[in-house]
Amino acid sequence: MDPIIRIENITYAYPDAPGPALDGVTLDILPGSFTAVLGSNGSGKSTLAKHLNAILTPASGRVLVDGMDTADEKNLLPIRRRVGMVFQNPDNQIVANVVEDDVAFAPENLGVEPAQIRRRVDAALQQVGMYDFRLHAPHLLSGGQKQRVAIAGVLAMEPEVLVLDEPTAMLDPRGRREVVSTVEKLCRERGITVVLITHHMDEAARADRVVILDRGRVALDGAPGRVFPQADRLQALRLTVPDATELILRLNAAGMDLPADAVTPEACAAAIEEALCH
Amino acid sequence: MLKDITLGQFFPGDTPVHNLDPRTKLLLTLVYIVALFLVNTWGGYLLVFAVLCAVTALSRIRPRALLKGLKPLVFIIVFTAVLNLFFTPGEDILFRWKFVRITYAGLDRAIAMVLRVMFLVSGTFLLTYTTSPLAITDGLERLMSPLKKLHVPVYELSLMMCIALRFIPTLIEETDRIMSAQKARGADLETGTLPERAKALLPLLIPLFISAFRRADELALAMECRCYNGGQGRTRMKQLRMAGRDIAAFVLGGAFVACVLILRRLGI
Repeated sequence: MDPIIRIENITYAYPDAPGPALDGVTLDILPGSFTAVLGSNGSGKSTLAKHLNAILTPASGRVLVDGMDTADEKNLLPIRRRVGMVFQNPDNQIVANVVEDDVAFAPENLGVEPAQIRRRVDAALQQVGMYDFRLHAPHLLSGGQKQRVAIAGVLAMEPEVLVLDEPTAMLDPRGRREVVSTVEKLCRERGITVVLITHHMDEAARADRVVILDRGRVALDGAPGRVFPQADRLQALRLTVPDATELILRLNAAGMDLPADAVTPEACAAAIEEALCH
Repeated sequence: MLKDITLGQFFPGDTPVHNLDPRTKLLLTLVYIVALFLVNTWGGYLLVFAVLCAVTALSRIRPRALLKGLKPLVFIIVFTAVLNLFFTPGEDILFRWKFVRITYAGLDRAIAMVLRVMFLVSGTFLLTYTTSPLAITDGLERLMSPLKKLHVPVYELSLMMCIALRFIPTLIEETDRIMSAQKARGADLETGTLPERAKALLPLLIPLFISAFRRADELALAMECRCYNGGQGRTRMKQLRMAGRDIAAFVLGGAFVACVLILRRLGI
């Protein structure tokens, strides 16, 4: 399968910054995959996200989206239409003061036919479970609801890739659950490629693949079940392990024999049940 | 305290007035204002009052809401009345005491001016009460769209207005939060002389401005990510369409102006 996004050895440095933010990153993002990008503060994960839809262009190396080079100005709109981006603060992404008008913003920009926009807006709102709120004012919604509206606003472009830059950082636990399960559903049921930048190990545990950045380089890359059990490595990178992995590692240290690749709470519970019943 | 701010308050509803196209309402409000300045007879004022009552009744806006809207203008209304009452020259003197004198013409003029201001404000309030800010913006944009030919950035202006409206509640919330934060650190925002209080506002305004700029920056980025590319080649999900009731409204508006002109001519 050809990757939808191909990142080839990119480097990037912010002006006035002492070191590079990205220092030779190479990654392929496969269509329909769910990739989580982790890293401590300053590891370059947000910078990497901004390269995926040509907000930033690499100083060296290149990023290809569906074969189009992000450095080429004339690819800008087609790239942004294919790669939708959701940011941390939901308040600062919502343009209009009615939910459905906000979701219509992107297709309106793209010059889609009015009837078609209506269809896309309704579909996008249904996919994030916010259809019943379509006539509400965004400022009266909860954080998780606002973030789902922001996701719908991007989905209305009918993108192939959804990049989320710490979408849950400002949300309460409930809002976080809403957003993560929405994103997971979009990937599993709609086949949308997801790149989730996050601080939360438990969110990353739900992905197919975890990429850990450290000082602008890829430090670890693999399935969550292979990456997270390396607790010592993670600690060296100033990261923790997901709660489920932590539990399993401790139980194993206490003499049990559980599979270390059970990184989600469900898998962990199943593994413990299995071990206890036998 | 900050919750009281109402900018163009809107009462949603499903009445013939609410359902008119915003362009119709904007144009008719303009016609109403012009007609109001043509009125110079008591009969004319009575007609305007009747029309105002009819529209209010039709839109099911409570008269109390309209009166409440007039409240902040009491000073201007009283000021207009006093000026006209005391400073209109005339022959028939109603009242004289030392250098103060009130003429019949002055009394006439004062009442007429007060009525005019009140009718003017009530009329425009009826527009904002029955039309959402978004619909007004939308209507304005479409009414001004011929100006695009003169390179007036009509779409950009209306988008700016839209975003401003959208961020009013967000910024009010933010102000509340900053106020609490500064109060928690011992800032005194409520007592002191006027200059002292103005100075006390600085620690409120500076963080507010910084955060507003940061928001603007992030919003611009988010808009770009959603393929915002200026007004060109843009389509709209909601199309405004003039319906039969809009034509009816224009006919009634025309009849109103004709009546005003006839009353003016007849001097009733």
